[in-house]
Amino acid sequence: MEAAMGLMRRIPPKHSEAALTALLSLLPHHSADLLSQVDQPLQVLCDVDSGKQFILCEYNRDADSYRSPWSNKYHPPLDDGLYPSQELRKLEVDANDVFMVYLDQSINRYYEGGTSSVYIWEHEDEGFIACFLIKKDGSRTADGRRGYLEEGSWEAIHVIEVVPLEEATARYCLTSSVMLSLTTNDESSGNFNLSGSIRRQMNMDLPVAAGHLCNMGRMIEEMESKLRYSLDQVYFGKTKEMVCTLRPPSEPVQTRLLELISKRRP
Amino acid sequence: MSDEEETQPTDEQKIEIAKWFLLNAPAGEIQYIAKDMKAVLQDETLYITAAAEAFPLYNKSHMICLDFPDRSGEVMVTPFSEIGENEYLDPRTAQVAIVDHVNQVCRRARPANDEELPTPYIEEYRYALDIEVTKYVSEAYPKGICSVHCVNGKDVEEPGMDFELVVVISAARLSPQNFCNGSWRSIWNVEFKDEAQLVEVRGTLQVGAHYFEEGNVQLDAKHECKDSTMFTVILEMLYLSPEDSAHSVTTIIRHHETEYLNSLQTSYSKLPDATFKDLRRKLPVTRTLFPWHNTSQFSLRKDIQKNLGLEKKK
Repeated sequence: MEAAMGLMRRIPPKHSEAALTALLSLLPHHSADLLSQVDQPLQVLCDVDSGKQFILCEYNRDADSYRSPWSNKYHPPLDDGLYPSQELRKLEVDANDVFMVYLDQSINRYYEGGTSSVYIWEHEDEGFIACFLIKKDGSRTADGRRGYLEEGSWEAIHVIEVVPLEEATARYCLTSSVMLSLTTNDESSGNFNLSGSIRRQMNMDLPVAAGHLCNMGRMIEEMESKLRYSLDQVYFGKTKEMVCTLRPPSEPVQTRLLELISKRRP
Repeated sequence: MSDEEETQPTDEQKIEIAKWFLLNAPAGEIQYIAKDMKAVLQDETLYITAAAEAFPLYNKSHMICLDFPDRSGEVMVTPFSEIGENEYLDPRTAQVAIVDHVNQVCRRARPANDEELPTPYIEEYRYALDIEVTKYVSEAYPKGICSVHCVNGKDVEEPGMDFELVVVISAARLSPQNFCNGSWRSIWNVEFKDEAQLVEVRGTLQVGAHYFEEGNVQLDAKHECKDSTMFTVILEMLYLSPEDSAHSVTTIIRHHETEYLNSLQTSYSKLPDATFKDLRRKLPVTRTLFPWHNTSQFSLRKDIQKNLGLEKKK
């Protein structure tokens, strides 16, 4: 399993779906682990009742159907699918509403129209797991206004495990992944593709009085700002640094030299 | 891919999967992928078959550089230096390296036969270009390697016939301890066309970078120099000595590689804007954080939006 994760860390991110499929076929006994630990590009479906989009992931899947957070129905319909308890479903509904507003607020103008979904379900010992997902598409053909990016997508998955402790506090363990993919393609610079994912973790013990949603929301907000910083550092900083280390920028060659060459005729 | 498939993949399929993983390894990482792949496959025989097919392709594509056993020089493993199965020519020392692809070492070397080397006439051009390119690479790349091969017309003995040289430049920066690896590869085809009295220069540049601390981020950039100023660069061959043509070709290479690096830097400066600009909240001055604590009522969304003066989006 460790070897499989090693492979996923090295394979080019644009091939990650194919890589995961291959690993699932080779290691069927580890499929549950693989599916939950490997970040994959997010897909969406449209909820038949509300017409709103919802994001698909392992956490709202049962067999081959996916549960919409808007209508709480499985698409395609399932006879005996798994549903969260009434209490958790209420929390889930609130979370989806609030997260949508949060997303609206923080949205990048070039990525307007992003989709968000939240899924909550029982975990051991009265705890629960909440999964907050965001998907934004900024490419030329989708919501991106600028049109500079041939293809661009930003996806975030925040999984929080909540375990109640004594004294009206709970432990919140957040694991966040952001997947970013940017492609440009033009005459002067050819094909340029920068993509990948970054993962971070954060644990906090917080009083439950403020409400789970409030606690989780604050953690996510803080995490997102850390992630934005990391993204900038890693995606743009580190890879650019590598390019400049391979071949340090120099003075542009004088075009006069080329002219000189063409003059070299008797 | 549905979970219903109970059947294991066939041996052939497993080999193909292993090959695919190996071939897609970033620069300098194939041995790590090899180790992980062996563990996942749990079948030595299948792995060996896959490795035997994948490693040569990977090595040639990444243009790896190997030392001769007696340290008399180095050889670049490329499609252009390949003269036989696992045999690669180093024109500088006129030796042929016998290479063990899977272990990425040169096992032994032998002198090249006359038939394997270009004629003295061609060698003049090749050698002159090699000198110029080596000088350029040592200036432009902190850790670059290069070589020049004749890929067409190596038996041409005098003016009047076409021939083609290929310049390969490769630079790799491997820092696995810093979770960062990168590579630059350029391949320049230089065609000497006697009839038209032209030298045509075409280039393919490829840059990759991989950062993998707490994640997996990769840059994959490729550019083919085919624009009008590049595609046909007219140098009147008749009057150009090998040294002159070498100098001119190298200048062209230098110019275009520098341009490409500049355009990469431009891309880097534009992208953060496209990605991050305006990724800030449209909040009233009084608040700096999202009001999560107000979220315990059902009609909260409308309240929040009203509070924050947002228009209801669809």
